[in-house]
Amino acid sequence: MSTSTPAENDGTTQPVRPRPELPPAGQTPVAQRPHGGLGDRFRLWWDALARPAQWGVGVPFILFVALLPILNIPVLTTVGTNFGAVMAQFGMYALIAIGLNVVVGQAGLLDLGYVGFYAIGAYTLAILTSPDSPWNVTQPEGWLSDDWAWLAILPVAVAITAMSGLVLGSPTLRLRGDYLAIVTLGFGEIVRLLADNLDEITGGGQGLKSVAYPRLGVTEELPNGVFSAGNVGTTLNSGVWWFWLSLVFIIISLMLVGNLERSRVGRAWVAIREDEDAAEIMGVPTFRFKLWAFVIGASIGGVSGAIYAGQVQFVIPTNFNIINSVLFLCAVVLGGQGNKLGVILGAFIIVYLPNFFLGRTSLFGIPIDGNEIANYKYLFFGVALMVLMIFRPQGLIPVRQKLLTYGRELYVAARRTLAKMPDGGPQAAYATAAPASGTGSGTDGPAGNGAGERDETTDGGNR
Amino acid sequence: MSNDPGGMGAGGDVGDAHLSLSADAGEPMAEKYLPGAGLAEPVMVDVTEVRPELADSALVDAIVAADRTVRTEVGEPLLRMEDVSVVFGGLTALDSVSFDIRRGEILGLIGPNGAGKTTAFNAMTGVYRPTKGLVRFDGQVLGKAKRNQITRLGIARTFQNIRLFNEMTALENVVVGTDARHRTSVPGALLRTRRHRQEERDAIDRSMAILEFVGVGARATEKARNLSYGEQRRLEIARALATEPKLLCLDEPAAGFNPAEKEALMDLIRHIRDDGYTVLLIEHDMRLVRGVTDRIVVLEFGKVIAEGTPEDVTSDPKVIAAYLGVPDEELPEGDADAPA
Amino acid sequence: MLVHGVLAADPLIGFDLAALGRNFWALTVDGLTYGAVYALVAVGYTLVYGVLRLINFAHSEIFMLGMFGQYATLLALGFYPSGDAFDKGILLTVLYLGIAMIGGMVVAGGAAVGLERVAYRPLRKRGAPSLVFLITAIGASFVIQEFVHFVLPALTGGELGGVNAEQPIRLVEPEVQFTLFGANVTNVTLIIIFSALILALATDMFINRTKFGRGIRAVAQDPVTATLMGVSRERIIMLTFLIGGVLAGAAALLYTLRVPNGIIYSGGFILGIKAFSAAVLGGIGNLRGALLGGLLLGVMENYGQVVFGTEWRDVVAFVLLIVVLMFRPTGILGESLGRARA
Repeated sequence: MSTSTPAENDGTTQPVRPRPELPPAGQTPVAQRPHGGLGDRFRLWWDALARPAQWGVGVPFILFVALLPILNIPVLTTVGTNFGAVMAQFGMYALIAIGLNVVVGQAGLLDLGYVGFYAIGAYTLAILTSPDSPWNVTQPEGWLSDDWAWLAILPVAVAITAMSGLVLGSPTLRLRGDYLAIVTLGFGEIVRLLADNLDEITGGGQGLKSVAYPRLGVTEELPNGVFSAGNVGTTLNSGVWWFWLSLVFIIISLMLVGNLERSRVGRAWVAIREDEDAAEIMGVPTFRFKLWAFVIGASIGGVSGAIYAGQVQFVIPTNFNIINSVLFLCAVVLGGQGNKLGVILGAFIIVYLPNFFLGRTSLFGIPIDGNEIANYKYLFFGVALMVLMIFRPQGLIPVRQKLLTYGRELYVAARRTLAKMPDGGPQAAYATAAPASGTGSGTDGPAGNGAGERDETTDGGNR
Repeated sequence: MSNDPGGMGAGGDVGDAHLSLSADAGEPMAEKYLPGAGLAEPVMVDVTEVRPELADSALVDAIVAADRTVRTEVGEPLLRMEDVSVVFGGLTALDSVSFDIRRGEILGLIGPNGAGKTTAFNAMTGVYRPTKGLVRFDGQVLGKAKRNQITRLGIARTFQNIRLFNEMTALENVVVGTDARHRTSVPGALLRTRRHRQEERDAIDRSMAILEFVGVGARATEKARNLSYGEQRRLEIARALATEPKLLCLDEPAAGFNPAEKEALMDLIRHIRDDGYTVLLIEHDMRLVRGVTDRIVVLEFGKVIAEGTPEDVTSDPKVIAAYLGVPDEELPEGDADAPA
Repeated sequence: MLVHGVLAADPLIGFDLAALGRNFWALTVDGLTYGAVYALVAVGYTLVYGVLRLINFAHSEIFMLGMFGQYATLLALGFYPSGDAFDKGILLTVLYLGIAMIGGMVVAGGAAVGLERVAYRPLRKRGAPSLVFLITAIGASFVIQEFVHFVLPALTGGELGGVNAEQPIRLVEPEVQFTLFGANVTNVTLIIIFSALILALATDMFINRTKFGRGIRAVAQDPVTATLMGVSRERIIMLTFLIGGVLAGAAALLYTLRVPNGIIYSGGFILGIKAFSAAVLGGIGNLRGALLGGLLLGVMENYGQVVFGTEWRDVVAFVLLIVVLMFRPTGILGESLGRARA
């Protein structure tokens, strides 16, 4: 047996076996270490909760987020713009981040033309419902009446966006990764130019006005319903309503995307990202799954675009500049590529921070020019991207993929072991787990003792 | 110092303490798994802890066993290389190579460096298209099949330089292999249809069994990149087995192993064969090949120079000539066929 | 310019092949002037790609800085924006143009090297994956744009940068010198095409004939071996960025001669994509390919805008890029800087 015996363990004689390729000492960022950061603590805690308990925590949290724009918490609220409107924008960006995350974070395809899908979603809705457009399909009565047109056209918008994902993806996804970035960039620009140049349909630079929106909650004061842009100044202004609507779509997409992530689809995406050739040889139809990622990402972008068009009731090409694509990417990268909740946080930061400063003249008593700071947002985000890539390329909340639906018990068991560790160090985990695996059961009694002893050994070794 | 949370701190420094620790804690496991299994990183949890039934090795064998319908009878040629040539530019890497791999055998494909072993391998697995000739597999010509289709037809492989999905856990790596057999795709996953759920469940059960089978069950929830070198090699085999291959191709699986590890690997390969798989083994190390294979094909300069039982081939003067100068220092040590 | 052909069946997108026939040579000559600029910028993309396998997304911003560099140089020389062209005689004009070009080259070259040091080198040290490089490049591109957008005006007291394009300083008044197949050839055209030609030749010589050029090609072909053979990879990388930047700076001056009011913080973006397309068109990593691709793209784009209408000019370029990548992803001359001399 070639393993070293305890007697040799003074650190001088070491094994003949090739060492596994671990990063050199001190160079592994905290978040890449096994179970290092705050996020992992949270995950540990969360995974240990039973399903009902998870609901018990999750639902109030979502409710809290939903009520944020109404609660008007003094520190959080925005001064220069309506907080409800900011949250509505956040909702759209969050959707976009979820969609783009599928493409960039999961499948590792750098899509710089994502704004194109957003634009297609918005323009489809606008072209089909704006009275300025020649292809306006709204009717005075029925499903295509003003009241329902938005909802009726939404699936059409999503379908067309998905199709555009297919159209863009099928020729380009065979390209090398870095070419893809440029081609998608070109695509985003083409979409904008089409919107700008096809004046007869898109209204050109004038844009399209009076786009449909859900006409619900009509009252005396609000003849156009709560979603109308006219609903301002109240606590429950249109921004709040649109935020709630986005929240519904966010939850739906999170669930659907989550389903995909924890299935062969998500595994295929990660495998492609890790080593495309190996994935192909292991039987993953890589092209097909890349295309799926594109189409799914595009559809979610389309939903967001349709929400946008409905909310502002007005689409114009300049709102779909390529710089938005970069902003979207920023949200994903900032939050943590591949991490659904992380990218939502990223979207929040991207939307909220500039608005937070807007109109503010002092912060914690220090006089500042908030408008100026908000103006510089692209500069700050650019710097943030660069700094992040150097020091924390995995983003604020790095991903810990869960790629299995039913492997949970195994992972829960693993984390249970981890949670029992006295100092949280993985060595200790070894001490608890190894005897358990040797005997096949009985984690508690002897293992607990064992852990204590090992700890001493570890310390001795370190000295 | 004493309060320094070791695991959170620098990896390498603690590494040594680590090694000592794992060595003694790993003692009881060493028999069951590969020698010194716990060397590198902490074991988090064992597959058998979650699925106690997997402690029964007969059951594991039964789950892992090759049970797919193979048209070819045992002993008949499962894969035939028929006059295969591969030419790169002006270079003929394979020159009219013909040989069979029979169902149920372990075939060794050997030859000095640059003899065309890997090229032959790549021609079989669809990485290269043969310039001339045919590869027939289980009664079917592998003409224009894509690489992922070839895997689904039943040829699985490992890589000479390990290519695991490093950010995935060991278990997830294996499940990616099982995905090759899934019938549901995006719609099924999106709506979580019953069939999809069943497939996912089966995939995980089977993957756990395979992990246990190759001896890395204890590292199921560890990221692949944190596994030791030997474990990674085994994990690659597990991932290939998960695709339910009719033919398992191993590309120098023992590269970088010490004699004890090679021994253990030979056991594993035999075990795989005994479980009903056909194995193609590309290997440099004559001793390993001789100890484990049923037949050997020797390539040199892109041509087959010998074919037959290990005894015949190793005594063939042409083979000895081809191998002259190849370091053979491992030969004197131990017998060719070490029993388990 | 002709827009919306009368013969077109589809009213949305014009299609006027006859106009192309009528103006073929004029369009070709004008296209070559654009093409020359694309070609010079494309060299920057292609060299960096050859050596680092990185699309230096921020190269368009280097070009933009070059425009500001030459503009600032002219301001420093005492020129000021005015409606009329300065008429100083041929010799002095050429001299001033040369100084302005050097100003652009210094700014752009310095910015390129600085970018490499600040943004890319730390990533290389960490062995980051290519996606990380690309994202950094995008971030850098943002930062440079916004720097010119907001910070530069603050630094220069509003002289440079800001939301609006700079008022053009016109050193050369376009004057028709002669006609070629019925196409008017102006002095501006001549300056652009000849300067670009000289620069291209010089670059080609540098890459193919000098020790440094050999180093670049060696690193492009096989970084590991090149390093083992004593080539300093870091130095070569810096040199590559420097050459790319300098050429972009030169291109910036030429571009402003043709498009005098293009000096704006966002002015590099589209041109950058087109130059990249040119590099891909010729075969990325291939120096001569980049030059050829640039000229080709400039000309094709000019044809396209007459056939389909000026507003489709950029679309023509992008579609061309996609089509090329689809059918010949290695470009016209094939990839590889290492084999550029072949």
